[in-house]
Order: sequence, then C-alpha cells, then structure tokens
Amino acid sequence: MKYLCMIYSEEAVFPTLPKAEVDKVMAQYQAFGESVKKSGQLLGANRLHPTHTATTIRIRDGKLSTTDGPFAETKEQLGGYYLIEAKDLNEAIQVGSRIPGAEWGCIEVRPIWERGAPPIPKAGG
Amino acid sequence: MNGEPAGRIHETVDAVYRAESRRVLATLIRLLGDFDLAEEALHDAFAAALERWPEAGVPDKPRAWLVSAGRFKAIDAIRRRARFDASQAEIAERFDGVTAESADTDDDGVEDDRLRLIFTCCHPALPPDAQVALTLREVCGLTTEEIGHAFLTSAPTVAQRIVRAKSKIRDARIPYQVPSLADLPDRLDTVLHVIYLVFNEGYSASSGEALTRHDLSAEAIRLARLLVELLPEPEAMGLLALMLLHESRRTARTAPDGELVLLDDQDRSTWNREMIREGAALVERALASRRFGPYTLQAAIAAVHAESATAAATDWDEIVGLYDVLLRADPSPVIELNRAAAVAMRDGPEAGLALIDAILARGTLVDYHWAHSARADLCRRLGRTAEARASYERALGLTRQEPERRFLERRLRDLED
Repeated sequence: MKYLCMIYSEEAVFPTLPKAEVDKVMAQYQAFGESVKKSGQLLGANRLHPTHTATTIRIRDGKLSTTDGPFAETKEQLGGYYLIEAKDLNEAIQVGSRIPGAEWGCIEVRPIWERGAPPIPKAGG
Repeated sequence: MNGEPAGRIHETVDAVYRAESRRVLATLIRLLGDFDLAEEALHDAFAAALERWPEAGVPDKPRAWLVSAGRFKAIDAIRRRARFDASQAEIAERFDGVTAESADTDDDGVEDDRLRLIFTCCHPALPPDAQVALTLREVCGLTTEEIGHAFLTSAPTVAQRIVRAKSKIRDARIPYQVPSLADLPDRLDTVLHVIYLVFNEGYSASSGEALTRHDLSAEAIRLARLLVELLPEPEAMGLLALMLLHESRRTARTAPDGELVLLDDQDRSTWNREMIREGAALVERALASRRFGPYTLQAAIAAVHAESATAAATDWDEIVGLYDVLLRADPSPVIELNRAAAVAMRDGPEAGLALIDAILARGTLVDYHWAHSARADLCRRLGRTAEARASYERALGLTRQEPERRFLERRLRDLED
C-alpha cells in the first residue's frame, strides 16, 4: 500500500528562523530521508514552493476555472510530501510521525488510490 | 440430540446468538478481512443453523460450527461474484488461501479476535463519534436505531457514520490488530475514552428530560469488564472501578419525583454494596500495580466516598490528597474545581471559595454551570445570599439539562426562605 504523507506548517515562519535553526531542521530532514530510504519505505519526496505559487483547478459544468492560491485556507500550508510504502495505516502513521515537521506542523497521511488493489486489510498481528 | 422440537431449537439458536454472535463476528472479520462481508457471513451462518440444527442436532461446539459455516458461505458468495466481475477474481484467489489456512477457533485465538475488534473500532484514525457508534454496533451488537436513540441522533446519521468508518478501515487499511506493546498505552487510552463516553452519555445525558439512560451505562460496564478480562491493564481496572462506583449510587442520585440529589444528601442505604465492593477491590488492584493513572485516581476518590458511612464521616483530607495526585497526573480545571469543593469541606467554605474564584478569574470554566453552582453553594453557606443568588442564576443560564435546571431553581427558592 502506498501512502502520501503531507507536511503542513506555517510557511511564513521558516524564512525567519536563524541559520543555526535552519541547519538543524535540514539535518533532521536529511536523517529522516536517509532512514526511510534505507528501510525501503521511501518512494518519493519533494519540498514544495510556498503557497503563493499554488493554483487550484476546478472544473464546473465542463468549464475550467483556475484560482490563485492553495485549496485550503488554513493557518498551516502544505510544504512538502513523502510518498511511502507501508503495509497498513499503522505503519504509515508510524513513519509519518517521524517526519520532523510533525513536531511543529502536522502531517496528513492519505492512502493512494490504486486500481485493482484488494480491499482486504491484512489480518493477523 | 436429534429430533428436538423446532421451537426449542429456535430458542437454542437465539441463546447462542446472544452469547456468541459478537465472538463469531470478530473471528469472521479476521478470516474474511472485511466488516461487511463478515456481517453477511454471520447472518448466513445463523440462517444455516436454523435450517440445519433441527435435523442434525445442535453441534458440540456451536461457535466453531458457526465460524466455519459463515466462512464457507462468504467464500461461496465471493466466488459467485468473481464469475460476473473480473475485479473480484483476485479477491477470490486470495480466499483460496484463506480456506486452506486453519481457522483457529480455539478460545485463546477467539479472545484475541475480540480484542482486535475493540482496538480496530476505537482506532484513533476514526472520528470519535464514529468510534463510539462502531464499537456499540460491532462489539456490543446494538442496532443503529438503539444507538441513535441513546445519543439523540437519527438512525440514518448513525448508520452513515458506521458506513464511513468501515470504508475508512478498508480504504486506508486500518489493520485488524491488537497494537504493539510500544503503541499500547496510547491506543488503550482511546479505547478507555470511548467506553467512558458511552458511560457518561448513559449516566448523565447531556441534554433532554431523562437524567440517566441506563442501558448505555450498563453497556459501558459490560465493555470494560470484557476489556479487563482480555487485557488486565491497571487503567482498564481503574475505569471499570470508577464506573461501578458511580453506578452504585444511581438510585440514590434521583429522588422519586425525578429531582437530582447531591452526594451529601443521598440515602446511603440505597447504594449498591455489591458494586462498591467490586469497585473498591479493583481500585486496590490497580493502585498496587503502581502503573495507575487518572481513571484509577478518580475511582480511588469515588471509593473514599462510597466507603464513608455518612457524608460527615468522609475523610476529606484523603480526598484532597488524592486530588493533588490527580492534578499532577492530569491537570484540568474541572479537577481543580472538584479539589476546591473538597478543600471547602476540609477547611471551611471560605478556603474553597477563594480557590474557585481564582479558577474563574483565570477565565477558565466561566461557561461551566457546575463552577457557578459550586460557588453559589459556598456563598450560601457563608450567608452571602445576594452573591449566592447571582451565581445560581448564572448556573441556571448555562445548564441545558432539565433535572439540573429544576435543582438550581429549587436552590434559588430555598434562598428566599
């Protein structure tokens, strides 16, 4: 099963941090990235540009409308993601909770829709 | 056992259903990996029992018979569907594996299944109201109508919550597992919270006419008993004790005319001694573990009350001491308020009033009717009638529960005399 772990935090805060703090956070991300790569759980990851670069697309009655900005107007914004492989939601939450941003922002974990995936959670444990 | 009259068999099947249907369901969910499929299979298994048992007799191990019947019915259904729908073919293939797998229906395995079911229904990835609805539906076997009635919501709303929860379990792959040791404390907290929500909804309905809704409290106690039996963790014992000790006072806390009776004014001879004994013993066990938490401490406080012959004989010093420990374990303004009331009993109303005023001055609990009602009681005892009236009126403006409203109105009338 693939899960997308989305990292939400207040994007305006990061550029105001002192360099030492930035280096510390980057090192934490580096360490986390290497650990999930090593465990084989990492499928992909990217840091995103700030939300002012975002565009939300909607099609209503067959007509395309594009609006400026991210989909959700919240205090925290999507800043990046990890695409991971995990056997079930518990494992995905376990991995997601190790993303450094979970400590000050939040991580949204979403299962990836897969065609033909068996709808049967693995029993046992 | 052949040749039993059909009526008797019907009764037997009913009795087996009441005693075993939740266990059979819990095992079928594990074997089939799907809630809906398992529920259909459960239904089919009991239908098969009604058909077969009158002729063949009741099997020696009805539960194992039902699990096996349910499993084969489900696999048949899946294979039939696979013939019409190619996307089901892969699923059918997986079930050939399930068929070969030994369906362990020994007692240990089955008890694990019940625990798996509880932890899955109370998974923190599900919204709290869905956890409650799903637990009452799947673990306790209540109908959606019964759940809706108990929580003053419509049956379709409850049904929709359950459908959404089940689809999240399936689509996000919430596993059918007892959590690992590392995750157990957090996950157990969620389960205990669900049970306590159910109890509280039954014990003190948040709105409406009836002060208590007995069935839900009984259901919560049944659930906690099951949990303690399956997983004897100190806080599970603490919660069971807390609920038993509250439940022991159920009759005493409502007057014949439906009015609310406060602890000090209750007729202690009507308290249920059996429940108090059981609750107090559980508190002892939980405290002895030295791994207890807030539920056990609250139960310990309730036990001190329960074991005092009269309100005046209550050991207020011990109660204040327990509140101090509780505040350290689980700081909350409501616990602070309760501690203030205990201090008022130990050191006099003035001491308690100072504490309550300090809590309210922080801006916490200003919308909590019990804070104003407790303040009013202390003012009344100090002879500060005007202040007492103002606080009772404030409390009255905040309560939504009919018996509590009548209680406050009575207190206001008493002030006039």
